[in-house]
Amino acid sequence: MKASLPHRFALLGIALGAVAALPAAAQTPPTVEESPRTAEVVAEVSTERTVIAIPALATPAVATVAGLRTDSLGRQIAEVIASDLERSGLYAPLGPGSVRAISMAEVRAPVFADWQARNADNVVHGFVQASGTGGLIVGCYLYDTALGTELVRQGFEIQPGDWRRAAHKCADAIYSRLSGEAPFFDSRIAYIAESGPKGNRIKQLAIMDSDGGNHRFITNGQALAISPRFSPDYKKIVYVSYLNNRVRVFIYDVAAGSQKLVTESGNATFAPRWSPDGRQILYSMAVGGNTDIYRISAEGGTPVRLTTAPGIDVGGSFSPDGKKIVFESDRSGSQQLYTMNIDGSNQQRISFGGGRYATPEWSPRGDLIAFTRMGGGEFRIGVMTPGGGGARMLTNSWQDEAPTWSPNGRVIQFFRTTPGREGKSSLWQVDLTGVNLRRLPTPRDGSDPSWGPILP
Amino acid sequence: MTIRKTTAMIAAITMLAVGACAKKAPEQLPPAPEGTGTDTGSSTGTGVVPGSQEDFVASVSSDRIFFDFDQYNVDAEDQATLRSQAQWLQRNPAVRVTLEGHADERGTRDYNIALGERRANAAKNYLASLGIDPGRINVISYGKERPAALGSDEQAYARNRRAVTVVIGR
Repeated sequence: MKASLPHRFALLGIALGAVAALPAAAQTPPTVEESPRTAEVVAEVSTERTVIAIPALATPAVATVAGLRTDSLGRQIAEVIASDLERSGLYAPLGPGSVRAISMAEVRAPVFADWQARNADNVVHGFVQASGTGGLIVGCYLYDTALGTELVRQGFEIQPGDWRRAAHKCADAIYSRLSGEAPFFDSRIAYIAESGPKGNRIKQLAIMDSDGGNHRFITNGQALAISPRFSPDYKKIVYVSYLNNRVRVFIYDVAAGSQKLVTESGNATFAPRWSPDGRQILYSMAVGGNTDIYRISAEGGTPVRLTTAPGIDVGGSFSPDGKKIVFESDRSGSQQLYTMNIDGSNQQRISFGGGRYATPEWSPRGDLIAFTRMGGGEFRIGVMTPGGGGARMLTNSWQDEAPTWSPNGRVIQFFRTTPGREGKSSLWQVDLTGVNLRRLPTPRDGSDPSWGPILP
Repeated sequence: MTIRKTTAMIAAITMLAVGACAKKAPEQLPPAPEGTGTDTGSSTGTGVVPGSQEDFVASVSSDRIFFDFDQYNVDAEDQATLRSQAQWLQRNPAVRVTLEGHADERGTRDYNIALGERRANAAKNYLASLGIDPGRINVISYGKERPAALGSDEQAYARNRRAVTVVIGR
């Protein structure tokens, strides 16, 4: 992976609203695997989806840059945009495989009648051209076909290897304009890739784009790896490794490829989480069988113990303002959710719905807490308000565990395990309606997803 | 699987269904622990090396104790098992062991690590109460990461809620 270029804005000779240079990163497509359309619909929500035509992006002159042809890229970028919008569940994209190509002249002067004839509410046009300096310029426009108006105009000057990011940023601009929500496609996921027999699973730390693209294994699987979390700036990953047959929290430096312990201790440390500003880390530590939650500077130093109740206090997730923590405790006799201030004061139980509650994750919007609820032999994903109200379940399967929020707080990823000797885990996502449930493509089985913020 | 074993399993499942204190589900001898044990030497043709994992497994009533769902108390049967382990450890004072704590798959990952810690520590504390130097006992929790039985049924769960003593050498 190449080092990030300085983030810069460049004026181009073409009329675009904003042109941003994207950091370079190796680009590979996601593993191709059809996301099964699920029938597990639980909420009553309008299924009317906006139809968006997305023809291949045009190119003013076919050029080959770093081995990539601008005309091929135009099609591939359109496919990624269509895939992103489809995955959001809100839109019915007509991708480049189902609509005609456009000319360069059409990019800024769409033939609206043609797209209305395809029943498209909106149409995406764009272009890919060589920048002349070894890079690419990608333009992205969204139009309303009925009104004949331009809704979005964005342009990016990118390193050729960053073309997938340009597609995600275009999809984000379209999604934000049409839904009124904050963007989330241009983000990454850390998770655990699983393989091997159930009794001796190989578990590797891995990272990928939000759509499964640019997949990369970080650890080789010799030591069990679990529960990774990207730092807010994506430079580090905190996770638990069973290296040398001990249970310890490590901070992995993505660029350097090296790792260090969060804290030196003879005791097991696990369940790590970053604070929203990336300066502090929560972790749990078991001392003589009693587990409590601690907070420590990401740079090291003296940990602060936050819980003292006898029993298991574990996990934890910061509120987005960094002032509160939601965690789980069995102090009442079973696993339940509690909130506290970041100094450990004012500990209050918030889950009362029956069953056991675990793995709380505070939404980046602050309005909801996602959790795993265990009851009747099943694990399901749900959400409640930080005060414990309005609890509702979003999934219904044998074992759905460990929710993680999209950067905009509208979508939740988790992992789903199937029962039995051949039981496997895979990554899934569901939106807050509970309707749009999709499996994420991964090259191997997957668990413990952790969704990072919008890329810097 | 023989018919006789099947019957035993059904009996075990029935016991679990009705008995509050019916945690001793395993009817089959658990398999020898995998992987984490270290060879302490090559065995001769006639027997096992004293102080080795093989010697340990052959000498004690069991290398593991079992727990009820979400529990970590050491009951009378567990105490008998641990007493046999303590006797062997007293005969082999140079040997160190690891106590592995495990949970079944019906708990979330982080909680199960904490639960496995509780179970392994409960076993360690009991061995210490019998005079075994706690400095000879490492503890590690695998949570639900290393099930001994792979099924998703009560019989498998009962075998997975365990603390296993593994010889790690001298």
